[in-house]
Amino acid sequence: MSAGVGVDLENLWIRFGDFVAVRDAKVHINGGDFFSFLGPSGCGKTTILRAVSGFLEPSEGQVLIGGKDMKGIGPNKRPTALIFQNLALFPLMKVWENITFSMEIKGASARERRKRADELLDMIALPDQGDKLPSELSGGQRQRVAIARALCAEPDVLLLDEPLSALDLKLRQHMRTELREIQKRVGITFIYITHDQGEALTMSDNIAVMRAGVIDQIGDGKTIYNDPSTAFAASFVGENNVFRGTVKQVQGDTALIATNRSGDLLARVSSANQGKMKAGDDAMMFIRPEAFALAPVGSEGDHFVTATVTNEEFEGNAFNIFMEGDGGKEMKVSLPNLGQSFDSHKGQSMTLQYDVQNAVALPAGDLATE
Amino acid sequence: MPRFLKEFFDRNGLGIGSLMLGLVLFWTIGLIIMPQLSMLDFSFRPNLPPPEIGGPKDVYTMENYKYLVFGPEGGSQDFNAVDLKVFYRTLIAAVFVTIFNLILCYPIAYYLAQTKGNHIRIFALMLIIPYWINEILRAFALRIIFGETGVLNNLLVAAGVFDTPFDFIRNDIALYAGLGYAYILLMIFPIYNVIESLDRNQIEAARDMGASWPMIHRRVVIPYAKPGISSGCTMVFMLSAGALAAPQILGGPSSLWFTQLIYQQFNDNSDWPQGAAYAVVLLVTCILLVLAVMRLFKVDMGDIGK
Ligand SMILES: Nc1ncnc2c1ncn2[C@@H]1O[C@H](COP(=O)(O)OP(=O)(O)OP(=O)(O)O)[C@@H](O)[C@H]1O
Ligand SMILES: [Mg+2]
Repeated sequence: MSAGVGVDLENLWIRFGDFVAVRDAKVHINGGDFFSFLGPSGCGKTTILRAVSGFLEPSEGQVLIGGKDMKGIGPNKRPTALIFQNLALFPLMKVWENITFSMEIKGASARERRKRADELLDMIALPDQGDKLPSELSGGQRQRVAIARALCAEPDVLLLDEPLSALDLKLRQHMRTELREIQKRVGITFIYITHDQGEALTMSDNIAVMRAGVIDQIGDGKTIYNDPSTAFAASFVGENNVFRGTVKQVQGDTALIATNRSGDLLARVSSANQGKMKAGDDAMMFIRPEAFALAPVGSEGDHFVTATVTNEEFEGNAFNIFMEGDGGKEMKVSLPNLGQSFDSHKGQSMTLQYDVQNAVALPAGDLATE
Repeated sequence: MPRFLKEFFDRNGLGIGSLMLGLVLFWTIGLIIMPQLSMLDFSFRPNLPPPEIGGPKDVYTMENYKYLVFGPEGGSQDFNAVDLKVFYRTLIAAVFVTIFNLILCYPIAYYLAQTKGNHIRIFALMLIIPYWINEILRAFALRIIFGETGVLNNLLVAAGVFDTPFDFIRNDIALYAGLGYAYILLMIFPIYNVIESLDRNQIEAARDMGASWPMIHRRVVIPYAKPGISSGCTMVFMLSAGALAAPQILGGPSSLWFTQLIYQQFNDNSDWPQGAAYAVVLLVTCILLVLAVMRLFKVDMGDIGK
């Protein structure tokens, strides 16, 4: 794959009046990467994208594309193409005219354009649909036309603003694979915005987790999932169980945490926070539902949790057990269905164990509110 | 009963439905179609003193229409050059007023529709409030501005642009300015209405793909705004061609507007049939012209109502 054109955000600040929409973002995006910005609604994802595409001038800091400072270069002059949250196809132009609008601007002849449109229509698996109007296509088809229109401009960087959010679940999952394949085929940098962590995890090479204008963590999907660097990232990406408490003792990369509900528990300090947590600090500990295993009743120690079962659920491939958790929230435990049977019942007390490597200790912080 | 009528009554109930339908029918038939038909009837009759109306001389005739084309019978000229020229000039001038208005109002409408913020409301109010003032007063205000010793001349002479005052009125500049100004809102609002519903992302998408502003307007905004543009142009054209106050007040002494001829026939000559014939010719020509232009630009009649 060609190296592709990288994008860098250097100490990027974007303010609307007194409101800070993006705070000191530092991001390096490799050329040819599928890079996602993941964060809840209103955290400033679109704002970052608009700064990259040139619709918004940063209040401070720089946007570099291919190492070149983009300051003062308008959106029509940048090597980026943006796919809008609502697609923004031109309703009065036929599909093929929509797709080749960027060529029309450069003065290409109708024949050339038609030919290119047919190629792209083949690529997005919509052959012979060029003469329709966008309104005559289905949601998923419109989606693909928007992608073709952006690709036709031969951008170095494709920017996608939650392009799948308007589609139904089935189609959304299908389009994930399709998008990923298209990206591999064309080999250009994709910057993808989403609030759906599943989308980000399945498609991206790298992910930036955002919260209220701040980038909490950048890394590949596994790192973000297994080794979150803030309480927010830990609670926003995937399901997670939180244990609040204070640090009792730190030894190497493990910390002993005095939890409010479950006694003293051991956890691995997340990579980003090693050396930063010390005894007496407020801390949070996260264990994923699938990281628990059943333990003999009554086992005690620094990697056992005992709690009361509030609910049970059979999901086919797993048993979900809900227990009284921290801060009034339910704790979820997910045990793979291996044909075993449980003698667990609502209201009973149950003991679980976990591998210390699978529990993450983090400084206390805001949690995602879902 | 046709389906749409049934639905209409189902939705509004028989009482309210009949009342609404009755009022609309009274408005269109009683107040518009009937009087116009009676005018049409007038236009085909000779101008007779009241006792002879309904008498043996009261027969249908084309003489009122012939008069517009050929002038008085046995007159010195082959054609009624004076009136025809006024007719022609009126139509051309109305076309130009319309085009000028469109060029002026499209950017204003675009700006109003695509800019957010409170100042837009103030801007719109500033456009609307002058229309609370009576049309005739507004025309006289323009006379004060454009007159020989008017504000504009005083300024221009003081600034040294002209040595002697320029006669804006004799040169019809005041007239065109007045006509242009009179119908500005009728051009701005239909265009504004359509552009306001245009998704800003479409403009940005075009821009993102490298389009220049003229290109964006040509390919994205104007096609979208076409119904509004047609509706505005139609209204401005019809009303300019049919305007009376502005030409009366702002027109130069030697330049007549066709409506002034019609007015003279009705009022000064008391020749209602002749006036009616002139009015019918003006109306029919304007409608045909509008239809032809709509055809040229592929505008549907339904678009106008948008
Ligand atoms: N032009 C603007 N003026 C003032 N505030 C703005 C403007 N644009 C965005 N904001 C604010 O900046 C914040 C981030 O907005 P942004 O559109 O980037 O969110 P987002 O992460 O894309 O959210 P979503 O997932 O809902 O699209 C929001 O709180 C929003 O209210
Ligand atoms: Mg957004």
